[in-house]
Amino acid sequence: MSIWEYANPVKFMRLSGAILPWVVVGAVLCTVGGVVWGFLTPLDYKQGATVKIVFLHVPAAMMAINIWVMMLVTSLIWLIRRHHVSALAAKAAAPVGAVMTLIALATGAIWGQPMWGSWWEWDPRLTSFLILFLFYVGYIALWSAIEDPDSAADLTGVLCLVGSVFALLSRYAVLFWNQGLHQGASLSVAPGERMSAVYRYPLYLSMLGFLLLFLALLLIRTRTEIRRRRLAALQAREIRG
Amino acid sequence: MVLALLKRDLALATRAGGGFGLAVAFFLILCALVPFGVGPDTGALRPIGPGILWVGALLACLLSLDRIFALDHEDGSMDLLATAPIPLEGVVAVKALAHWITSGLPLIVAAPVFGLLLHLPGAATPWLIASLLVGTPALSMLGAFGAAITVGLRRGGLLLSLLVLPLYIPTLIFGTEVVRRGAEGGDPATPMLFLAGITAGVIALVPFAAAAALRVNLR
Amino acid sequence: MSLLTVQDLAVARGGMRAVEGVTFSLAAGQALILRGPNGIGKTTLLRTIAGLQPPVQGRIAMPDDAVAYAAHADGLKTALTVTENLRFWAEIFGGGGLDAAMSAMDLRGLADRPAAALSAGQKRRLGLARLLVTGRKLWILDEPTVSLDTASVARFATAVRDHLAAGGAALMATHIDLGLDEVEVLDLTPRRAKPGVPTRPAGFNEAFA
Repeated sequence: MSIWEYANPVKFMRLSGAILPWVVVGAVLCTVGGVVWGFLTPLDYKQGATVKIVFLHVPAAMMAINIWVMMLVTSLIWLIRRHHVSALAAKAAAPVGAVMTLIALATGAIWGQPMWGSWWEWDPRLTSFLILFLFYVGYIALWSAIEDPDSAADLTGVLCLVGSVFALLSRYAVLFWNQGLHQGASLSVAPGERMSAVYRYPLYLSMLGFLLLFLALLLIRTRTEIRRRRLAALQAREIRG
Repeated sequence: MVLALLKRDLALATRAGGGFGLAVAFFLILCALVPFGVGPDTGALRPIGPGILWVGALLACLLSLDRIFALDHEDGSMDLLATAPIPLEGVVAVKALAHWITSGLPLIVAAPVFGLLLHLPGAATPWLIASLLVGTPALSMLGAFGAAITVGLRRGGLLLSLLVLPLYIPTLIFGTEVVRRGAEGGDPATPMLFLAGITAGVIALVPFAAAAALRVNLR
Repeated sequence: MSLLTVQDLAVARGGMRAVEGVTFSLAAGQALILRGPNGIGKTTLLRTIAGLQPPVQGRIAMPDDAVAYAAHADGLKTALTVTENLRFWAEIFGGGGLDAAMSAMDLRGLADRPAAALSAGQKRRLGLARLLVTGRKLWILDEPTVSLDTASVARFATAVRDHLAAGGAALMATHIDLGLDEVEVLDLTPRRAKPGVPTRPAGFNEAFA
């Protein structure tokens, strides 16, 4: 049995319906656990209590990028193999990704205010996320503007492809434009730059929580989209008799 | 065959109702409004001049984008062009070229004059012209892509700007950087190379994406 | 020589199959008229055969660069004159014979008028003259006689007859009898798609129904 079997809406509905409750429970446990655990960590000697926003900021930022990558992959699957569930999953993921980007931007601003002394800095990372947010908005707007669902899936797929290239290009163009204040990656593989284990483990937990949260939202939203398509298909059939 | 299409698009743009020259007029208004907003002194205008000129060129270019395919789509020419011996990718490229000649080229000619309004240093003017010359073809081609995606929509104009403007960011960054370095006596070669690279990549690859979008909108 | 062979063709409109199992072939000198009630999918079928949208199922075989398509919209630019409009399409398709086309459609007196000044019927005639200058063998026509008066319909019928005599072929959807000799009629009513047979390659909305 190949993985493509789940591109069939009926099979997808059956499988996703079975795993959805577990994903929801896991998402709640890990997100709440990670954030609460994070809150109980000791204060940072440099950044004080403000460091605790990291448990929302980093997972949201991570998901903001990963969701776009996931949309790129599902769009490609739709464009190449014409699996409807794949296109609908990309559609369902986009608003979640946009909200994650917004959370990353908002928590970044709240964190940056005491650190840098202003709510907004045109720092390369922040700017890149702002640009990513613009791409999300355009993608969502295009989905909602086109009536025919298959054309909408095709056109948003092409936009996602071109948008990915330009989002990446903008990332490096922005680096050229401004070197920035943002601290380095929070989770670096290079030893010595890593954050201490006290912060690292709750962060891992809340990242897992955000991943499961996204998965839960994605499944719910994709299931809704499939039902909506099914409704439209049945209505169309009824009209034609 | 390709020349016939280019000739027709240029003829249509320059005849009554074609909107030729609107972009330059818009560009002029924009450059005239900025000093009202920021104040008349050279000290305030000089540092923002390159940015205003590039953003102005970009917005002026945006004005006529929705005409690239929408009119041909409405009157059925697009169906006929799709059955013609020219590949759709070629149609996209020619129409983007026609857009560049009617919107981009007049902007480039007018930009040095408008630079005077914003107290752009004389040393930067050649770099302004060069950067626009290298950068604006990418704007037209990306605009053609946005127009191809939104061609079937009734009120596609606003959506078109929303889709296209984020794609303009890299070109804007490097284009402005060329002029700024030119004004400050720095070395504009590096951003110029990046700008040229983006334009070359866009011209080589985007017609395929735009033609794919057109095919979807034809069915 | 067969100019068009269609085998077991199914087309979709709005994500639903419209007609299916359409099979016919068209040789040089032949004309085929599609009939059927409104909304059955004549336009969709013609657009699919013209290559403007992909078929859901089936095969369409024809020589390269054979199709000239004409539908409700004539593809005219109101800012250009009649001659300029025609010359443009002749150049795009690598065809010619502007003078002959203008005589055939009685456009000589209008040659220098801008297309904006033409009446609906005159525009239609210009749209049909465009077919003549493409030099294409296979005409695909969707309601070609809309807004034409009887005299113009007769001119058009003559143009189609000449085209067939010169080794062309025509596939059209029309309700008007053009009085052509070598003409067959294909009624699409029995080819209306039956919804929801799950064994068929689904695609489109039917995957969800």
